[in-house]
Amino acid sequence: MSADFLFGIEVIINGLMAGVLYALVALGFVLIYKASGIFNYAQGVMALFAALTLVGIMEGQVPFSHLINAIFGTEVHHFGWHVNAFVGIILTMVVMVALAWAVQVVIFKHLVNQEPIILFMATIGLAYFLEGMGDLMWGSEIKKLDVGIPQGGSFWIEENTAFLGGDDFFGFFIDRLDMVAAGVALILVLALVAFSQYTKQGRAMRAVADDHQAALSVGISLNFIWVLVWSLAGFVALVAGVMWGAKSGVQFSLSLIALKALPVLMLGGFTSIPGAIVGGLIIGVGEKLFEFLIGPMIGGATENWFAYMLALVFLVFRPQGMFGEKIIERV
Amino acid sequence: MDAGRAAGGINESPPGGEVGLGASRRAVRPPPRPEWRCELLDGAKVEETLLEVNNIEVIYNHVILVLKGVSLSVPKGGITALLGGNGAGKTTTLKAVSNLLHSERGEVTKGSIEYRGRRVQDLTPSDLVKMGVVQVMEGRHCFEHLTVEENLMTGAYTRRDGAGAVAADLEMVYNYFPRLKERRKSQAGYTSGGEQQMCAIGRALMSKPETILLDEPSMGLAPQLVEEIFGIVKDLNEKEGVSFLLAEQNTNVALRFAHYGYILENGRVVMDGPAADLRENPDVKEFYLGVSEEGRKSFRDVRSYRRRKRWLS
Repeated sequence: MSADFLFGIEVIINGLMAGVLYALVALGFVLIYKASGIFNYAQGVMALFAALTLVGIMEGQVPFSHLINAIFGTEVHHFGWHVNAFVGIILTMVVMVALAWAVQVVIFKHLVNQEPIILFMATIGLAYFLEGMGDLMWGSEIKKLDVGIPQGGSFWIEENTAFLGGDDFFGFFIDRLDMVAAGVALILVLALVAFSQYTKQGRAMRAVADDHQAALSVGISLNFIWVLVWSLAGFVALVAGVMWGAKSGVQFSLSLIALKALPVLMLGGFTSIPGAIVGGLIIGVGEKLFEFLIGPMIGGATENWFAYMLALVFLVFRPQGMFGEKIIERV
Repeated sequence: MDAGRAAGGINESPPGGEVGLGASRRAVRPPPRPEWRCELLDGAKVEETLLEVNNIEVIYNHVILVLKGVSLSVPKGGITALLGGNGAGKTTTLKAVSNLLHSERGEVTKGSIEYRGRRVQDLTPSDLVKMGVVQVMEGRHCFEHLTVEENLMTGAYTRRDGAGAVAADLEMVYNYFPRLKERRKSQAGYTSGGEQQMCAIGRALMSKPETILLDEPSMGLAPQLVEEIFGIVKDLNEKEGVSFLLAEQNTNVALRFAHYGYILENGRVVMDGPAADLRENPDVKEFYLGVSEEGRKSFRDVRSYRRRKRWLS
């Protein structure tokens, strides 16, 4: 095997790993869109907010410390304790559920039956509010998130694959963090699918996604289901935030990964959980491979736009995405 | 007036304008009392009134007045029909009872709705389902992407009496609708109109209801299928003791299966009485059943007659 071919395989594997991370963000979009028809622009910011909160809790930061210090002239910054990652994640989840509840009660409860564009605008407002809130609560500096996930290339894989393709091939470089992320994403998706297919609340969630009025008529509480869905999306955002945060630090650019999830959704379909995963993988592999094969010919930096172009092509030929639900029309 | 009603007579609504109508109706026609309702129903044993709708007025979007003082009562164990043409207010009346109005920006602005003597206007649809009142909406509204069986199981969402009881009821529903059992694994969106209607009724049954508000079950179905579905409704009424409030445009079928009927026109009850009497009433025959004493009339005559009637009443 030639070194170039093996290098191509390495690119594909790394593309898959990157795709998993895109898929994680896209999942959150799908959950909310499916159940309530809301396109949640704030999903990326929720990931950022979750990661900020997790770091803050683990480091024992005092929330709103700048505000408190400015008003009372005190100098508090830390409680002086450290919380381990597991407890930190659970506490963050509590915060995300509270956030889901607040979003429902304060905003979307009052916007039932409004136009989709109005709901969309509300989520834009929510995105900027949350961004400011995260800033105010935990400070705006870039933070390091360490939840004990191993990082850096896997030496084991590198050593065992070295020189497969001759003397100038030094083995596959695969980031261990990416591998963990892939594993976590797989478990998360299986859990979500099992939840929505086989539990009573999951069934109610799908029922609400299909027909709000009918769901109401059989006694399903829309408010409860929407809080549930936003909590799940908050959980997915937390997982995505942890993975991205561990990879590149918790900073405000994290909220921009939401934009990378858009082409993923166009490919996979806005209403399909498996679609979000497959779409993420295709975008991940596609952009890495394109950069590797075509990039050098046209000056590189194709990763910035490749995903969007691919999505555009898809929109033209298959607007509902690969796995999007077709509207059932009997003839 | 009461004496006339007890003898099975049919009363036209009293004349009156929009504003005064509610008050005058209330004075003229007190809510029916269970004692004399017993005799009115064709042989059905009735002990109590379940649902009591008293002079309600419904406004959509704060401006559109849809119901202008509707009163009716549903006895336990009966099938009560709510008849009338398009836009008469049948669906709105049902939704006012089941409280699905809120999600459509409608609200009950006057009058009261009582179920078993308790005011239910401020309850959520979910609370009402728990109390035993469930609506089957017009146009089926199955969950298209769920299988038939999953559709039925969502009906049991509010139940707290354990998986065993729910499974037993699922079997009961399959007994009444054997066709649903055959299609249990197919997506509801791909089943036929009749099967979807059965699915919707079965789904309502899964909540173990005392009263089903059934909206337009005949819509878009072949006459044979309509007969079949009404037959099952009658069975459910007699064997399972489920009371029905049935909104129908198909007056002919509805009056054959119901015990008592109310006729709505323009958001008002214009006539009510035992189903057998309504069937024989010349006006009902003419307007809703399409036959009259002197044989068929030309469409033009009917229209002018009808317009005259409206001015009078």
